Amino acid sequence: MHLTSEDLSAILLTLELAGVTTVLLLLLATPIAWWLAHTRSGWRAPVAAIVALPLVLPPTVLGFYLLIALGPHGSVGQFTQWAGWGSLAFSFSGLVLGSMIYSLPFAVQPLVNAFEAMGSRPMEVAATLRANKLDAFFTVAIPLAKPGFVMAAMLSFAHTVGEFGVVLMIGGNIPDKTRVVSTQIYGHVEAMEYAQAHGLAGAMLLFAFVVLLIISWANRRRTQTAT
Amino acid sequence: MGLRLLRFCLSAVILSVTFVCGCAKADEVVIAVAANFTAPMQKIAQAFEQDTVHKAKLVFGSTGKLYAQIKNGAPFAVFLSADDETPARLEKEGVAVAGTRFTYAVGRLALWSRNPSLVDDKGQVLIGNASDKNSFKKIAIADPKLAPYGVAAMEVLKGTGALTHVAPKLVQGDSIGQAFQFVMTENADLGFVALSQISIDGRITQGSAWVVPQNLYTPLKQDAILLALGKENAAALALMKYMRSERAQSIIRNYGYTL
Repeated sequence: MHLTSEDLSAILLTLELAGVTTVLLLLLATPIAWWLAHTRSGWRAPVAAIVALPLVLPPTVLGFYLLIALGPHGSVGQFTQWAGWGSLAFSFSGLVLGSMIYSLPFAVQPLVNAFEAMGSRPMEVAATLRANKLDAFFTVAIPLAKPGFVMAAMLSFAHTVGEFGVVLMIGGNIPDKTRVVSTQIYGHVEAMEYAQAHGLAGAMLLFAFVVLLIISWANRRRTQTAT
Repeated sequence: MGLRLLRFCLSAVILSVTFVCGCAKADEVVIAVAANFTAPMQKIAQAFEQDTVHKAKLVFGSTGKLYAQIKNGAPFAVFLSADDETPARLEKEGVAVAGTRFTYAVGRLALWSRNPSLVDDKGQVLIGNASDKNSFKKIAIADPKLAPYGVAAMEVLKGTGALTHVAPKLVQGDSIGQAFQFVMTENADLGFVALSQISIDGRITQGSAWVVPQNLYTPLKQDAILLALGKENAAALALMKYMRSERAQSIIRNYGYTL
């Protein structure tokens, strides 16, 4: 396998992007998932649908509308300019934002499942022991939902690594800033550098296989310990 | 009775399908077209269908993608590339018919902004200093590794000595279409695009532009070639000829290409 220094920098950037995205996404997804798992509000269905939208939308479509939104006349672009951050298009922060939207359902869904499976009883018991809600959430709910968090983290990370359309649309292919593995492979293929494309794609395939293998092992262990 | 009727209907359907397919195959040509030539080719295909008995089906894509598809057995009879290297390569690799290559259009490069006062007609904006009120944050080009227009843009930047000043502001689209999109959505203040993307009947449709003099970059020759599949196809041969007709050439010129 021949990986050039450009390939390596793309790999590092991809891991960094996936890591940052996963951490921020877990922070964002936890309250959303908690709310979805417990609310009886009429808003539940529409919010759940919005969270699931990135599953259905083609990534290039998502990317195109992000590009418009990030632009100087777009809502996000006007806000970031007003806040003095400049434009997010063609920046690492822009990619993080895009990746968070793109991978949102993969973080929220496992957490909703975990919170729902937990039921309301553990929190009620904690309440009778005079734990306040926040305290109970951190000391009871989160440890109980740990498998859900692990699953959400792995899926978000893996899904962000495999992201292509959004990055292609809003990235601008800047080395060390927005050129990730998937766009690098695309570049190799388009430039007819098939040997290099094969090397990088092979590395990615191996990575994806290992992640899925770990998830499937973790799942089996969980069902085994549960029974 | 019911079964017999069903059988009759089925064979009628199969017969008519084979008949339609058989007919269409005889005078239909599937053409792989480089994405930057989309608009003019749609017009030319219309004219081709009016002027001949044949039908043209168009498939658009980047030259690199179309190359990969052709090499892997895509059912294209003619290839209109965005460069002159890929058709030559296909000819050498025996996938295309030797001796059928010709230049059907020569692309023109333009530096374009949606801001009506940003780009001057000499391209001075490229070398203006940073304190200039006409300075810019991002400039889009097509990826020089992937798109001939990107190579041309880099030649212009190097030739005018603007590259060092401009390099930190460069963003790359994977095609000239995406470079255009970056400027169109104003995520990039300006960018090198194809003249064909921003002009109709020889006029720039909006914003400000510098039509880059052709001596500043290697000519953007776009070559056509007959693919092995089209060798015996009357419609493919007719199309190759039609591309050089008066009517096709005037359409090509109208879209900002030279010949």
